[in-house]
Amino acid sequence: MNELIRLLSYMICIAAFLGLNLAYLGWVERKGAGHIQRRTGPKDVGPYGLLQPLADGLKLMSKQLIVPANADRPLYMCAPILTMVPAVLLFVAIPFGEHLVPREFNFGLLMMFAFASVGGMSILIGGWGSGNKYSLIAGARAVSQNVAYEIPMLITAITIVMITGSMDLNEIVRQQGGFFWNWNVFRLDKSILMPVSFLVFFICSLAETNRTPFDMGECEGELVAGYHTEYGGMGFGLFMMAEYANLVIGCSLTTVLFLGGWQCPFGLFPGPHWFLLKMYFLIWCFVWIRWTYPRTTFWGLLNLSWKYLIPFSLVNLLLTALFIKVF
Amino acid sequence: MNPSLFSPEGLAGVIFLILIGVTMIGAIIATCTKRLIRSVSGLAVCFVGVAGLYYFLNSPFVAMMELLIYVGAVCVTIAFAIMLAEPDEAKLARKMSGLSGGLAAVCGGAVSFALGYAAVNGQWMAPATQVNDGSLKMIGASLLTKYSMVFELISIVLLAAIIGSVALARAGRRGN
Repeated sequence: MNELIRLLSYMICIAAFLGLNLAYLGWVERKGAGHIQRRTGPKDVGPYGLLQPLADGLKLMSKQLIVPANADRPLYMCAPILTMVPAVLLFVAIPFGEHLVPREFNFGLLMMFAFASVGGMSILIGGWGSGNKYSLIAGARAVSQNVAYEIPMLITAITIVMITGSMDLNEIVRQQGGFFWNWNVFRLDKSILMPVSFLVFFICSLAETNRTPFDMGECEGELVAGYHTEYGGMGFGLFMMAEYANLVIGCSLTTVLFLGGWQCPFGLFPGPHWFLLKMYFLIWCFVWIRWTYPRTTFWGLLNLSWKYLIPFSLVNLLLTALFIKVF
Repeated sequence: MNPSLFSPEGLAGVIFLILIGVTMIGAIIATCTKRLIRSVSGLAVCFVGVAGLYYFLNSPFVAMMELLIYVGAVCVTIAFAIMLAEPDEAKLARKMSGLSGGLAAVCGGAVSFALGYAAVNGQWMAPATQVNDGSLKMIGASLLTKYSMVFELISIVLLAAIIGSVALARAGRRGN
């Protein structure tokens, strides 16, 4: 019975955390974009525009749901829900604190990648189901990008698994205890290329979450609005929220794998506050990058992955194996 | 002997039936729709059901791999291929001749009769007990000791596939 109450309270807390993040990350992004571009960003609804997400939500929910005549109706209706489900599901395995983890999986890391890969399918379905050539092109682009960047991301994650010998996310964090040089990003004794592989992982998570400079799926300059061109109202809202949920997931995963999760940099008072601090710092970096760099070209994006990141991550894998064997 | 619905066994049975249902529905969608992209979606649903069955049978590693490889990679690749090669709508709408329908009925009937006969009359093995704890360590160890031959053969097959696809791609580029 205790277990049941625990699970129920975790479900409620995750839903609340997720809702808050999805609403206010949009606000953070718009505010950040505004200040980076010497504007003010949203300011009219509530103090500092803090009620803007609520207003947006109300507006999106009160809109009529229109299915385009050309659309493949069941697929069109399924796609926004399908993007949201894996994103929400993944919060089950994230260790917010040593004891603040909804469910400790042996295969936590693998589960992250397994469900994240389902997200690509939903983008494809959405792009195809809209019955619009721009959506179709955008869907194909987004997925070829996701597939290309999933490979170096997985290989980099495998090096972390080789170092820690575990796929349990909480165990990976536990091994990075003590001072900050025990974090995986600074473990030069395990592989001399560790900081670079952190960078590779970070770039891949940028690409996997379809953020600028890699937002080939929705480059509004050429493809209207990408794979969600034909979606209005809450259908569009769900795609947006899934993007932010994936952002939170990607940053949490980077924090857990490389930046020591809930561990304190100085070995004092480890806890969820450190996790949240690191995660939100990474999210801020994502926003920062989005409004600083222009979009890359599509071939440049694929070349970066296939010609640089994948060979590099393979070399890193071999090097890590060598370091583990020798030392 | 019949467990009640709300005992652990009963609930496990219900979950099993739900997973079977998901797999079956996915498979039926995959075979019965005319549009290729819907078939791929059905296939993805079917794979999710199969992954659930693996999880139900206490092998979470295989379940996750099923999702990662079959849904995340195989289905996406198939869908991608469909998008790149625009399916010919006129060809899809062409009516099948009556003969092929009859042939399909005969073949399907024969196969289902054979399977049903085997299921009813065959000697069933005792239900498998748990071989090991299904942990990553056990899987890795047995892949590199007991099943190393299979493991190596699979990697050779994959290598051949990669080399083949590279050769095909190069030939295509020169042809242009």
